[in-house]
Amino acid sequence: MSEQAHNMESQTKAAQEERKEFRSYAWGIGLALLLTVVPFGLVQWMAMPRVTLLIIIGAFALVQMLVHFRFFLHIGFRQKREDLQLILFSTVLLIIMVAGTIWIMASLATRMALPGSP
Amino acid sequence: MSEQAIKHPGLNLGPAHGKDDEAAGTVMFGFWVFLMSDAILFAMVFATYVTSLHATAGGPGPRDLYDIKSVFIETMLLLASSFTFGMASLALKYKHRKARLIGWMVVTLVLGVAFLGFELHDFSSMFVKGGVPSRSGFLSAFFDLVPLHGLHVTAGGIWLICLVGQIVRYGLDTKTKLGIMRLALFWHFLDIVWIAIFSVVYLAGLT
Repeated sequence: MSEQAHNMESQTKAAQEERKEFRSYAWGIGLALLLTVVPFGLVQWMAMPRVTLLIIIGAFALVQMLVHFRFFLHIGFRQKREDLQLILFSTVLLIIMVAGTIWIMASLATRMALPGSP
Repeated sequence: MSEQAIKHPGLNLGPAHGKDDEAAGTVMFGFWVFLMSDAILFAMVFATYVTSLHATAGGPGPRDLYDIKSVFIETMLLLASSFTFGMASLALKYKHRKARLIGWMVVTLVLGVAFLGFELHDFSSMFVKGGVPSRSGFLSAFFDLVPLHGLHVTAGGIWLICLVGQIVRYGLDTKTKLGIMRLALFWHFLDIVWIAIFSVVYLAGLT
C-alpha cells in the first residue's frame, strides 16, 4: 500500500516536471519565432540605413542563439563546471579565429586596394 | 529544471531511467565535444564566406540570387522541427507510448525533408540565374557553406530513420535511448547554425 502511495507521488512529481519542461520548449519556440520574424520583416519592408539594419540583424541572431541554447539545449548555470567550460572555451576559440580571419583579410584587401575594400 | 544532479549538458533522462541515465554522462559529454568541434568547422567556413563576399568577379551577387520568402519558409520549417524533436525527447524521458515518440520523430523527419526540398529548389533557381559554384569566389564560398549545413540535415535525417528502425527492432534499450538523446542535440545544434546562415548569408546579403 505504501509502495503504491510512493508510486503515485513520484508520478505526480514527474507530471509536474514534464509540464515545466514542456513550457521551456514552448517559451523557446515563442521567443525564437519573434526573434526570427522581426529581422525578416525589417529586411523585407523597412527602409533604414544599411549599418543600422546589420547591427539589428546581428543582435537578434545572437539573442536567438542564446534562446536556443537555453530553452532547446537546456544550458544554464547549473551545469557541471567542465561542461560549461567546454562550451565557453569553444566559443572563445571560435570568436578568435573568425574575427582574426576577417580582420586579416579585410586589412589585406585595403592594403592591396582590392574590390570591396573600404 | 529539476533538483537532481545534472549529469551532462542538455536534457537529462533522469534517475527514473536507471542504468540508461548512468550511462549517459560520458556518451553525451563526448557528443558535446564533437558538436563544439563541428561548430568551429562551421565558423571557419563562415569566415571564408564573409571574406569572399566581394569576390563576385562580375558575376551575380546576393541581391540577384537570394529569395527571402523561400528562406523564411525554410527557417520556419527548421524551427518547427526543433520543437517537434523537443516533444519527442519529452515523450522518451517521461516514458509515453512508443507510438507517440515515433510519431514526433516522423513529424520531425517530414519537416526536415521539406526544408531540404525548399533548399534544393533555391539552389536550382540560383543555377538558372547563372549562380553556379564555379562562377566566382563568392559563389564557391556560398556553395561551401549552405550545402554543408544541408548535408548535416541530410545526415541527421538518415540517422533519424536508423533510430526509428532501432526502436522498432530492439525497443528502447540503452543504445537506442542515448542515440535519440544525441540526435536531439545534433538537431537543435543544426537549427542554431541555421540562425547564423539566415542572418549572415541571407538577411545581411539582402540589406
